Amino acid sequence: MTAETLIASLQLSLPELVLAVGALILLMIGVFSGDKSVGTVTGLSVLLLIAVGALVVFKGVDGTAYAGAYRSDAFVRFMKLLALAGSIVALVLAIGHRRSEPDMRFEYPVLMVLATLGMMLMISANDIISLYLSLELQSLALYVVAAINRDSVKSTEAGLKYFVLGALSSGMLLYGMSLVYGFTGQTGFSEIAAALTAEHRSLGLVFGLVFVLAGIAFKISAVPFHMWTPDVYEGAPTPVTAFFSAAPKVAAMAILIHLVAVAFKPIVHDWQQILVFISIASMALGAFAAIGQTNIKRLMAYSSIGHMGYALVGIAAGNQEGISGVLLYLAIYSVMSLGAFACILAMRLKDGRAVEGTDDLAGLSKTNPVMALVLTLLMFSLAGIPPLAGFFAKYFVFMAAIKANLLTLAILGVLSSVVGCYYYLRIVKVMWFDDAKQEFSRPAGELKLIYGLSGLFVIGYLLIGGPLGAAAEAAARSFY
Amino acid sequence: MGLQALFFYLFAFIAIASAFMVISARNPVHSVLFLILTFFNAAGLFLLTGAEFLAMILLVVYVGAVAVLFLFVVMMLDVDFAALRTKALEYAPVGALIGIILALELIFVIGGSTISPEIAKKAAVPIPALTERSNTQALGDVLYTHYVYFFQIAGLVLLVAMIGAIVLTLKHRTNVKRQNISAQVARTPETAVSIVKVKPGQGI
Repeated sequence: MTAETLIASLQLSLPELVLAVGALILLMIGVFSGDKSVGTVTGLSVLLLIAVGALVVFKGVDGTAYAGAYRSDAFVRFMKLLALAGSIVALVLAIGHRRSEPDMRFEYPVLMVLATLGMMLMISANDIISLYLSLELQSLALYVVAAINRDSVKSTEAGLKYFVLGALSSGMLLYGMSLVYGFTGQTGFSEIAAALTAEHRSLGLVFGLVFVLAGIAFKISAVPFHMWTPDVYEGAPTPVTAFFSAAPKVAAMAILIHLVAVAFKPIVHDWQQILVFISIASMALGAFAAIGQTNIKRLMAYSSIGHMGYALVGIAAGNQEGISGVLLYLAIYSVMSLGAFACILAMRLKDGRAVEGTDDLAGLSKTNPVMALVLTLLMFSLAGIPPLAGFFAKYFVFMAAIKANLLTLAILGVLSSVVGCYYYLRIVKVMWFDDAKQEFSRPAGELKLIYGLSGLFVIGYLLIGGPLGAAAEAAARSFY
Repeated sequence: MGLQALFFYLFAFIAIASAFMVISARNPVHSVLFLILTFFNAAGLFLLTGAEFLAMILLVVYVGAVAVLFLFVVMMLDVDFAALRTKALEYAPVGALIGIILALELIFVIGGSTISPEIAKKAAVPIPALTERSNTQALGDVLYTHYVYFFQIAGLVLLVAMIGAIVLTLKHRTNVKRQNISAQVARTPETAVSIVKVKPGQGI
């Protein structure tokens, strides 16, 4: 790599450079001014992420950098904006949390920024080495933020469990990658695709593919690699759980799409059957296991497992409609999930205690009708009831699956979403028809803003969804 | 060739003998020291095959970091090694069986494996011949140029690990006495010494 190509590479990866340098500066500010600077560092982190988002939008050029290890195109920019938006909202949610739980330290926003940097690098990865390193950067930061409340046994347990299982999945991913490298001699995605043909793929390569997919399925918490999800969601502090539910899933989905649509494109039949299986298993488990949950964070964890299953339907379809359906699904799911977590963060009693049971929502329609209305809309949307946003998300991925002749998958998906309706509607019933036992304190301004916006999004999707759909379609066109 | 063979047998013999001593030494500190000896001899074997970079990394990482960490753990944690050893003897036959199976598998895999010439041709960054460029030079050629991106991300991963370790373990205790050098230097006889008249026959 000569000096000119290096400078061109640095220019192409300008958003990541700004984010990395910004994270180091924020760390310095925090270290030198101590824990009283949490508010400043959080505010500056939000500004930094917004600035990086602007760079992605306005300075985005297509191309590859660092000898093919990094790539940028419409798909990459779409996913990066989604991940950045998820991180920004999660940081904003943490502001109010800090006010009521003074235990937050300045490292928290810094680690969130570094995790976001890892996600952006993951989304841009065009080589299995950069994929692995950026995945580790993101995961390591997430393990720490899961355990950030180190005086709470639950939070520590969540962090430890996430770390041990995450390390195991990284091992599987690396083993798979070493097999893929051994049987193709290449690490770049397009070079791997060039070295593969559908007829002459070796058995070792299929083993590699299975291990790689297993490692990534862990990151998106798809069945049978979902065991960590409910415990980590329940144990981690709620703003951290909100963060986990959106941005990291977007980044992991992006690398899954990159892998199957670029690197393993020639062996579509091999990965398609794996994805169909984990998709069906995730949808079914997400629908059935959530029924008995009484803790709303655990319920959201099972709901996220199910939703990842629906998103995988689009990837398994393996066509352009499928990819654009997945992108749309991830965008809509992120909005719904962050909105729901804003409502969960607002579940705080008058004495400042946070509650997490589904029964605690009883009679919310009398005590806080606006929040009850928004949460009802979000639950209807998560269940996929028209004309809310969640219905269109499911509609597009199922249409893509039907087009790819995966009729069984589409039918099973629709059936499991019917089963899933039960527990979403149960929450609605608790809010509107049960008697109130207690009253929540008034939600903080930023929580009201976030759940208000997400409520408006799901109800007004018919009006505002056009440009989003067009952007997702343009992004999916980078592969075909 | 004769000298090389002599050194090979020397290193190999000491490596196996000291590996045996690792598990049979009575004192756990001796075990760790024998482990270090094993690493040194393995590094010697790497040197003989021309992999000098791997040899040095083995010394730096395993002897410099991992073995020293082991030593710390052995010395600082109060583990009853005598009790562990009597248990370990019970499992010796099973361990020996697994060891034999592993050895056979290694012999089959290494004896039967070949590098497919097509794949060797397609290698992402081919290794230059040893006569042209040594290992360390060949790695240095690509590590800071072709792979500078990976190198930098690895640096960020280490930074996150460091922040994480500090966040999760550092506790600022308030009730411990710390050295305050400026306060010590600013002491004068007036502030530090007080003269007390003690009457004879009485204590203070």
